[in-house]
Amino acid sequence: MDLNYTADDLAFRDTARTYLQANLPADLQQKVLNHKRLSKEDFVRWHKILAKQGWVGSGWPVEYGGTGWSAVQRHIWEEECAIAGTPTIMPFGVNMVAPVIMAFGNEAQKKHYLPRILSCDDWWCQGYSEPGSGSDLASLKCRADREGDFYIVNGQKTWTTLGQHADMIFCLVRTDSGGRKQEGISFLLIDMHTPGITVRPIIMLDEDHEVNEVWFDNVKVPVQNLIGEENKGWTYAKYLLGHERTNIAAVGRAKRELEFLKRIALQQQKNGMPLLEDALFSAKVATLEIEIMALEVTVLRVISMDNAKRGPGPEASMLKVKGTEVQQALTELMVEAVGPYGLPFDPDFLHGGQEHSAANDDDAAPLASYYFNFRKTSIYGGSNEIQKNIITQMILGL
Amino acid sequence: MDFTYTEEQTQFSDALRRWVEKDYTFEQRKAIVTSDTGVSAKAWSTLTELGMTALPIPEAQGGFAGSAVDMLVVMQEIGRGLIIEPYFATVFGAEFLKLAGGHAPLLEQVANGQLKLACALGEKQSRHDLTDIVSKASANGGGFLINGTKTVVLHGAQAGQLIVSTRTGGAQRDTAGISLFVVPADAVGVSVREYRTIDSQRAADITFTNVQVPAAALLGKAGAGFEILDAAADYGTALLCAEAIGAMEALNAATLEYLKTRQQFGVPIGKFQALQHRMADMFMQLEQARSMATLAAVKANSSDATERRRTVSAAKARIGQAMKYVGQQAVQLHGGMGVTNELPAAHHFKRLTMIELTLGDTDHHLARFVAQPGFKNAA
Repeated sequence: MDLNYTADDLAFRDTARTYLQANLPADLQQKVLNHKRLSKEDFVRWHKILAKQGWVGSGWPVEYGGTGWSAVQRHIWEEECAIAGTPTIMPFGVNMVAPVIMAFGNEAQKKHYLPRILSCDDWWCQGYSEPGSGSDLASLKCRADREGDFYIVNGQKTWTTLGQHADMIFCLVRTDSGGRKQEGISFLLIDMHTPGITVRPIIMLDEDHEVNEVWFDNVKVPVQNLIGEENKGWTYAKYLLGHERTNIAAVGRAKRELEFLKRIALQQQKNGMPLLEDALFSAKVATLEIEIMALEVTVLRVISMDNAKRGPGPEASMLKVKGTEVQQALTELMVEAVGPYGLPFDPDFLHGGQEHSAANDDDAAPLASYYFNFRKTSIYGGSNEIQKNIITQMILGL
Repeated sequence: MDFTYTEEQTQFSDALRRWVEKDYTFEQRKAIVTSDTGVSAKAWSTLTELGMTALPIPEAQGGFAGSAVDMLVVMQEIGRGLIIEPYFATVFGAEFLKLAGGHAPLLEQVANGQLKLACALGEKQSRHDLTDIVSKASANGGGFLINGTKTVVLHGAQAGQLIVSTRTGGAQRDTAGISLFVVPADAVGVSVREYRTIDSQRAADITFTNVQVPAAALLGKAGAGFEILDAAADYGTALLCAEAIGAMEALNAATLEYLKTRQQFGVPIGKFQALQHRMADMFMQLEQARSMATLAAVKANSSDATERRRTVSAAKARIGQAMKYVGQQAVQLHGGMGVTNELPAAHHFKRLTMIELTLGDTDHHLARFVAQPGFKNAA
């Protein structure tokens, strides 16, 4: 039992920290730390800076241009990024479709797509959910019919995160309607600029345009865009889910946000004292801080199993549930901390259109919006109830 | 980073588990509970033979110098096996002697199983605050004269020597002025009133009336006992956290088994999603608790007192929530059987509930966590 990082791990952490201090642009950092809304250009800018360093593929093997880092090193890197306040690297290309291409794609696909993912030449989005297929994803109906060298795609995808920026979408489509619903699904890569694709915004609780509906009307997709074999897409999708859950607990960000929460709770007054001195409020903060401490050790336990080559496995479901509970509790307490200052809403300020917020409390201005935004976390990526089903079946054997 | 147990640690837990399965079964334990003493001399000699009494004692006194992580492994089995022998009381007491230095003969006797200890720390008014002491020790003829009453002393009647917290100065809840003594249980003026606890253990109220002890009975310096008291209490708390993990593991395993075998509406009740999700929550509670028990064991002897206090209090507070959830839900999922006294699960539940009340409850440790330097110093 040794909970300390090795000397090598610590040296790696220093390297990561030094790199971030020198290379993370201050304006991007301020936007992230202050809960502002990031533009496409912000994400792309940071992605390209990291690409120059060769650190975009932090979970990729070296042969594909990745870093080849261990699970522990990757955890350290993610934590340092979170504490520094970097924009996130969009997961859809790097962490989601890329591992599928590496495992099941052909040489031509690997050669074409993987470098473009690392360099951010393509912005990827995900075409999984449909209006009638959320938790029951395998019931999806979006069809791809083979016609010569093309698939003709018809149907609708939804909840497509930042699809309005996307160049490419990876889709689960139905290529066979007989048999079990899981068996007729294929994994297709589709150019978002193909005629017949329509992207319509869905405006969320925080009035932000983060997700979309994507409509396909006789969209012609070359057959060479099929990953692996026709009708085997469900297998690839399940493989992807395992990769989607790395860093799903986001403990690094939780630690950063906890410090932010304490900072605003020290500024806010209650009964003439800092709010953080209030016994009721401080008990809530302490309970949450302890949950984060526990989660950090739980994450490290899962990672060290991963390093022992046992694979992350269904334990990732626990990290998803606990991680999102912690994230949501943080945003909830932030709103509680600022009290009436949670009410003023100033989207122009959040987008960086003006220096100060309308109600003149720049710390408080984004928080209610942030809270509403984070309600998604217990729903996306397999709702927390679905995660409990996975724990029930895969770990408990019920 | 390494979360695995050593081969030696695994051997300790395997040995204990085998012994419980063979010689400390639920039925055998029942006979011990209802015996006059409430403990088993035979069980104690087995614990000694297995090296459990020697484990935490320094090598110089015939022990194995086991760490708090070694003890984590042992206490998990104590919790799983529902062991009601005065093991915790004894190793908790030994920690006071170790921290104070000296008292080598007593530590040797603990190591070889001859001596059991108990810690007389609580008083009627003190609740969870170990500094809230009105018992007095006054200098008398080169030694001290002790007066006062200590309450709910775990296994107080089974111990040969008692660790006693008293006040030689300071006001009732001051950290300064606390003096700790080790007092023979048969000293003149010591009177013990024993009773059962609801989790089938024994405890006692112990009154000290003009008990004369020599200066050598003092642990550490007179009036400066707080640091030892505080550090030993953290060690004891970490052990209880570990015991709780073992008990929760047993409860989760029993509940899962029940969900798989109990049939209603023609199917095992584990097919019902309402119960499945409850079980998944119990699983996650246990894993979060396990992380904290591990952290507490690793930091229990940290030279950084703030880090030690912060971590141990965080662990007890988090495990307090887990114990309540796992215990209550295990009973709920066992249905009518869960509220009988017949299943081991019921006894794990009772033990967990009492651990919550021992050495500080969740609220106590949450408040202590908040009070540590650093909590309010946001970045």
